[in-house]
Amino acid sequence: MAIPNGTTSDAIDDTIDYSDLEAKFKVVADESFDNIVVLDGVPIIDNSRREKLLTKISKEFAKRGSTISVKNIIVPWDDATGESKGYLFMEFKTPQDAEYATNAMNDIPFDSKHTFRLNRFLDVEKYAEMDPTYVEPEIEAYKPGEHLRAWLADPQGRDQYVTYRGDEVTVGWHGKPSQCEVAHTRINWTNLYVSWSPQGTYLATLHRQGVCLWAGTSWEMRQRFAHPLVKLIDFSPNDNYLITWSHDPVVVPEGSQQGPNYFSLDDQGNNVAIWDIKTGHLLRTFLIESDDKKQLQWPALKWSADEKYVARVTPGQQISVYELPSMGLQAKKSLKIEGVVDFEWCPHGDKDKDEAEKAAKSGKPGKVKENMLAYWTPEVVNQPARVTVISFPSRSVLRQKNLFHVSDCKLHWQNQGDFLCVKVDRHTKTKKSIFCNLEIFQVRDKDFPVEVVEHKDTVLDFSWEPKGERFAIVSSNDPNVGNPGPGITVKTDISFYQLERSKGDFKLLRTLTSRTSNTIRWSPRGRHVVLATVGSSTKSELEFWDLDFNTEEGKKEGTGDSSGIQHLGTADHYGVTDVEWDPSGRYLATSASAWRHTLENGYAIWDFKGQELQKHILDRFKQFLWRPRPRTLLTKDQQRQIRRTLREYSRVFNEEDAAEETNISAELIAHRKRLVDEWNTWRVQCEEEIVDRRKGKKGERRGEEAKEEIEVWIDEVIEQIEEEISE
Amino acid sequence: MRPILLQGHERSLTQIKFNKEGDLLFSCSKDHVINVWFSHNGERLGTYDGHNGTVWTIDVDSQSRFLMSGSADNTLRLWSVQSGKCLYKWEFPTAVKSVAFNETDDQVVCITEQRMGFQGAIRVFNISRDGDGTRQASEPAHIFNPIGSKATVCAFSCVPNRVVTGHMSGKVAIFDYKTGEEVDNNERAHGDEVTDLQMSPDRTYFITSSKDKAARLHQTKDLKVLKTYTTETPLNSAALAFGKPYILLGGGQEAMSVTTTSLRQGKFETRFWHKIFEEEVGRVKGHFGPVNTIAVSPTGTCYASGGEDGFVRVHHFDETYFKAKPYGDLEVLD
Repeated sequence: MAIPNGTTSDAIDDTIDYSDLEAKFKVVADESFDNIVVLDGVPIIDNSRREKLLTKISKEFAKRGSTISVKNIIVPWDDATGESKGYLFMEFKTPQDAEYATNAMNDIPFDSKHTFRLNRFLDVEKYAEMDPTYVEPEIEAYKPGEHLRAWLADPQGRDQYVTYRGDEVTVGWHGKPSQCEVAHTRINWTNLYVSWSPQGTYLATLHRQGVCLWAGTSWEMRQRFAHPLVKLIDFSPNDNYLITWSHDPVVVPEGSQQGPNYFSLDDQGNNVAIWDIKTGHLLRTFLIESDDKKQLQWPALKWSADEKYVARVTPGQQISVYELPSMGLQAKKSLKIEGVVDFEWCPHGDKDKDEAEKAAKSGKPGKVKENMLAYWTPEVVNQPARVTVISFPSRSVLRQKNLFHVSDCKLHWQNQGDFLCVKVDRHTKTKKSIFCNLEIFQVRDKDFPVEVVEHKDTVLDFSWEPKGERFAIVSSNDPNVGNPGPGITVKTDISFYQLERSKGDFKLLRTLTSRTSNTIRWSPRGRHVVLATVGSSTKSELEFWDLDFNTEEGKKEGTGDSSGIQHLGTADHYGVTDVEWDPSGRYLATSASAWRHTLENGYAIWDFKGQELQKHILDRFKQFLWRPRPRTLLTKDQQRQIRRTLREYSRVFNEEDAAEETNISAELIAHRKRLVDEWNTWRVQCEEEIVDRRKGKKGERRGEEAKEEIEVWIDEVIEQIEEEISE
Repeated sequence: MRPILLQGHERSLTQIKFNKEGDLLFSCSKDHVINVWFSHNGERLGTYDGHNGTVWTIDVDSQSRFLMSGSADNTLRLWSVQSGKCLYKWEFPTAVKSVAFNETDDQVVCITEQRMGFQGAIRVFNISRDGDGTRQASEPAHIFNPIGSKATVCAFSCVPNRVVTGHMSGKVAIFDYKTGEEVDNNERAHGDEVTDLQMSPDRTYFITSSKDKAARLHQTKDLKVLKTYTTETPLNSAALAFGKPYILLGGGQEAMSVTTTSLRQGKFETRFWHKIFEEEVGRVKGHFGPVNTIAVSPTGTCYASGGEDGFVRVHHFDETYFKAKPYGDLEVLD
């Protein structure tokens, strides 16, 4: 439902038509027989046993919490035989009591031969009077909706992004300079922030009442999730589920809406909810407590790559894995792991996804690879710290490694699931200094060989090259690490490592020393990397690097030659807070968000070489997000084909560009010419006016005659008028 | 462009002006001193001493004979450019914020501040050019008190008997100084205080700068906004380049918040914008405080900027500035 500009989110409710729901759930009050229930399955008795039976029935009802006094039971009597008819009427105090009794007592055995059957009196009437002819329900004509992935079919192949500034949310297209335009804009679209789903299908907006999802070319509302005061959201990897978190526990006030899309009384007090996006149904709620001191870990529940499972860790105790869509605990028990701190699912690479698709097509589910997850436990008295990789759901341990002198571990999977790097912060025996080990598990090889890279400094950030065999780390031996203060910029070193296939170990490619960069951003296609200094008040450098500068296909050769590492450019975006590559890996967006500071807010877009393409300084600027793209639908062969004929394509594109450029410059020149012509004519006009005024001034110099003459002339006019009146 | 750094002031600059020939540059500052310099080499010719407070404003006549100055010591003074002597002194209840000669050098307009219970006033004095200039009328020829927002800057219009004023609220107005009546106004010319107002040579249009981060070109006749130049920093000064279709803008972070921001972030550059196309063409950096005032030599060969940092930087344009045609062969009238 499109919301017109200017309406606040509170008004969303007003614009929604509830009439169908109201009609459906309309309660027709009929006071007279509402509280009467028909009880069947009563033994047939004669008059003598009547009192006894009624007392017994009353007791039986009382046992299950339903009160009915004997005097409110009416027994129909067959005078001909002198026996009861085997059913009786019960009059309850309120319709609610009647309903309760119907639910509680139906199908309850009275004795070995008799079983109670209860019906509301009104129901009996209703079903008796029902029209027996079947009326075929009218099937609504199918209306094809908007394609949720329409933006991918853009003929110019542009990417979309969303910006949030002040109260305004704008979705824009980004392409060549002439093709950048606003796709959609709305005021007050969100109350907190906006977020894309991982495949880019939906745009989520957060409101006081809950989350809204929007999609399609006209940005219609696709789904709503009523989670009051929602603060954090997390999508599942394939856009099928949504997790929401609110700081305040769920309260279900009396008379609130009920249904599969809403919280029920059972959900009270919980703060995390899992929803099915397609149906809008609430699947389950949890209570996830967080210490006031420690920040809540988000996402609190982690998804397996195939969306079959979602898991959460209870630190020190267990990992609980839930199956979807039932959201039941997998195998009815959690993984009890004493001391467990953190875990990560293994992501699925393109290969895994292809295989899974193939298996799904052929209908042979047996060959699907199991999920993997890695977790770590810290050192306790006599036990070393341990990193474990297990498969799931078989729960068998695939690899385990013991570690000593561990103060902290971070698990980093490479995005194809080829490697797992465990960044281990270790302390020396005196516990005075901290250094770092990188334990790299080669998951695709037999027995998961582990390669160790030792680093004598503290490693601040670690990042795998997407789809690659390289990684970059930020390390520092600056004493200021760990106690950030205003004006302190930590000196860092950046190192690149690469897997050497022949030896099976990781080799240092190059170290860049004395930098201030603290953030590594790999292009989603690999090869290019940006090193940024984020969150500093004095430095804000962006360095653009290419790791395969010399060899066109350097990645395949895997020579591990450091000569291919080339600095492409350096740029600066003052006060940068966020750095993000677009899905194609051609452009980089940097933004300075008003959420962090208020100096020079805005965003800039750069190409991969570090050339500034756009820069917008906008006060109250908050958010910039590229719209993610789903995985390509082209097969490997098709992709190869395109790569082979790249020259052909580029020729066409170059021609298009050239044609457009001449077009634009012609337009621009014409526009400028027009502006200059306008200006010149205006100037000429002005000069004429001045000349006229000068002439007037010369007259003035001769005396005040000119002025007096005018006055005389006015006198004459007045006289003329007087003459006319006299006529 | 090789800038000449003029280090003759001890406090921030308030206004600088070239004389008509462009060979002399006058500068005034918060340190109570008015200096005059040779613009071609930056040598100081002399000073005009006597003010006992911040000198807010100066103007020189077209013959380089008389210099007017207005100060926070509540006086308006007339100086002999040649001798440096104070020829006449007018005293007011409040400070003088803006002063300007008319086209024929026989009148000056000045704004006195609204302060301490005194109303802000705009006065027009007749200047006698006879004799040594010491005999001047002590009373203004015309005086009026504009109602509403305080006037901050003023200049004579091309239309007789009219002055153009810029106001605290961002208003730009035309007053008839004989009657004191507001003839025309543009309430929304700017969103914040108008900080500078400079006339084109023939006074048919003028440029204003404002704290609302924009500069605008107005038609003097009816105050129609011709062009708008929007920057990302509060502006203190705007000047028209002569002979070339450019305008110069100066400003920067507010002086009070400068210490909390880095140099590059303060945007203390002088920006060159294209007058007609409303797009930035270049920047000249150098000041390490906000640029308070900019003046372009009427000959069009050099410009000067005065900063909060107390320096005046005189830039003589390079050969390439005159030869380059970044927008092709488009002839723009001045």
